Amino acid sequence: MTAIEGRGWSARGEGTETVIALSGDWIACTNGVEPGTSQSILAAGAKSLRFEAERLGHWDSALVAFLSGLRDAAIHAGIAVDETALPASARRLLRLVARPPPAPPPPSSVSIPGRIGLWTIAGYDEFIEVLALIGNTCLRSVAALGGRAAMRGTDLLDCLRDAGPGALPIVTIVNLLVGGILAFVGAVQLRAFGADIYVASLVGIAVVREMAALMTAIIMSGRTGGAYAANIATMQGNEEIDALQAIGIPVFDYLILPRVLALTAMMPFLYLYGCAVGIFGGFVVAVVTLDLSPIAFIDATEAAVSASQFGLGLAKSVAFGVLIAIAGCRVGLRAGRSAADVGRAATTAVVAGVVGVIALDALFALCADALGI
Amino acid sequence: MTTEPKLRIDGLTIGFGDRIVQHDVSFTVAAGSIFAIMGGSGCGKSTLLKAMIGLLRPSAGTFHVGDEDYWAASDRRRAAIGRGFGVLFQSGALWTSMSTAENVALPLRMLTTLDDASIRALVAVKLALVGLGAAGDTMPADLSGGMRKRAGLARALALDPAILFFDEPSAGLDPISARRLDDLIRELRDGFGTTIVLVSHELPSLFEICDDGVFLDAETKTVIAHGAPRQLRDACDHPIVHAFMNRERPPGDQALAGDANERR
Repeated sequence: MTAIEGRGWSARGEGTETVIALSGDWIACTNGVEPGTSQSILAAGAKSLRFEAERLGHWDSALVAFLSGLRDAAIHAGIAVDETALPASARRLLRLVARPPPAPPPPSSVSIPGRIGLWTIAGYDEFIEVLALIGNTCLRSVAALGGRAAMRGTDLLDCLRDAGPGALPIVTIVNLLVGGILAFVGAVQLRAFGADIYVASLVGIAVVREMAALMTAIIMSGRTGGAYAANIATMQGNEEIDALQAIGIPVFDYLILPRVLALTAMMPFLYLYGCAVGIFGGFVVAVVTLDLSPIAFIDATEAAVSASQFGLGLAKSVAFGVLIAIAGCRVGLRAGRSAADVGRAATTAVVAGVVGVIALDALFALCADALGI
Repeated sequence: MTTEPKLRIDGLTIGFGDRIVQHDVSFTVAAGSIFAIMGGSGCGKSTLLKAMIGLLRPSAGTFHVGDEDYWAASDRRRAAIGRGFGVLFQSGALWTSMSTAENVALPLRMLTTLDDASIRALVAVKLALVGLGAAGDTMPADLSGGMRKRAGLARALALDPAILFFDEPSAGLDPISARRLDDLIRELRDGFGTTIVLVSHELPSLFEICDDGVFLDAETKTVIAHGAPRQLRDACDHPIVHAFMNRERPPGDQALAGDANERR
């Protein structure tokens, strides 16, 4: 055979034997591993392989990768390998690499109809579980009101503080701006008819009936719903929920009930606060830029906004609160146990919360229309 | 073989804010040795390890890697020195969103300019070295505790480090897995000539594989004994070290022992 060579090795034929002379440094991070070396060395058709390592310099796993690849290919082709000339330390590592790996488990494959069936069953299970969660929430809330739930008062207080006062800054900013924006948008149209004073009615009705409840719910979905999901998913990953279950502490009462109760209780207050701030935003814009008199604005608002509209907004805010809290907790409980799963759970909770809130709002609009509110 | 690494710690003080965890810690680690940092739970072993792998700046003292002062070096230089370190964390600390093979490949992808074929070949060798040749596509969540440690070790080996740090390598493993990991650590040292520093209080492992070590005390918050674990077991006069190494009750705990005897 003619001698062939590569990076740090050369091979020559001696009778039926191929001698591989190793030389120089073999450093993985700088030199990498040369591809296709085993094939070119074995292509000469030798009956056995032998090494020479006198000129070998520094080496690390690059050499081990080269030698183990060559050895495995040689054994596969029925060629004998004589390793005695290699450094003892390299021979030790080659022995480690040679340990037969355990057989991999057979891959499972499911046909397309089978997959559709599995999805359907999973969807049905999910539906039932969400129903069960809602039912459980109602039952355990009644129990909690009677003081019969295994919920810690401090947990409920923490959740209340986080879902209520903790959310005030962002609720203030968003609702203030929404009220102001509504006043601006209305003013441009209404001025054309000389009906400037109706800006007050527009802001009042839009904020009380829709925007305060909707914007607050969307904020809380991103802020609190996502946090519930991430928190519970992390606990899931740390086996904290397994620990609760193993000790016999009801996970629902301990983890979910305080969150659902807190958000449900706080949402109406945030809604009322959002109304006040939103109308104030409209008021400032109307008085400062449209030259409406403050008294006229307040009078017009009082005349436009009725108690039934407040009732509708309050009902919505309670429903949104329940929805966001249950979605967040449910997603958290279903989450996997890795860091990526926690992120995914938070995203899913926010998306489910926002879409759910808007869908529910549409439903409320239909009902209000039917009832003539 | 790789170049001669040698670690030297001189008068190191570590802590969090005002709270001192260990002070005036001094020792050297010879190239190619397996060095144990020993001591009871909560004595600051892992915190000392953090100071050695760049996660916690010591409040006093020096840590030399070879001839370089690790903490006096610039951030960039320290990162470069750190590339010569491999660390196996206590829980394995695998990145759970990636398969085992991807975990091992990431350091190679991020910190070297190797092509894909080289990276694949090196990842395969490293997984085979730790006995996980067939588990490359498995996600960390589906690995057992022992396999996670091995995968973490394969990742620690990714850049062919000259120095390997182990935080409680055999904690939480069954005796057979722990023994296999001990053998593997020694094989890797003998094969690659890697210098190994390990934090542990698993006596059988310490006696089995370590050439040298220090014993940290939680009370006096400093080193109270130097030497190979076996030597400390047989010849150390310090009552706490003697009790620890021989799994005996320390002298002050006789009252409890009396209670136990009475109950029997």
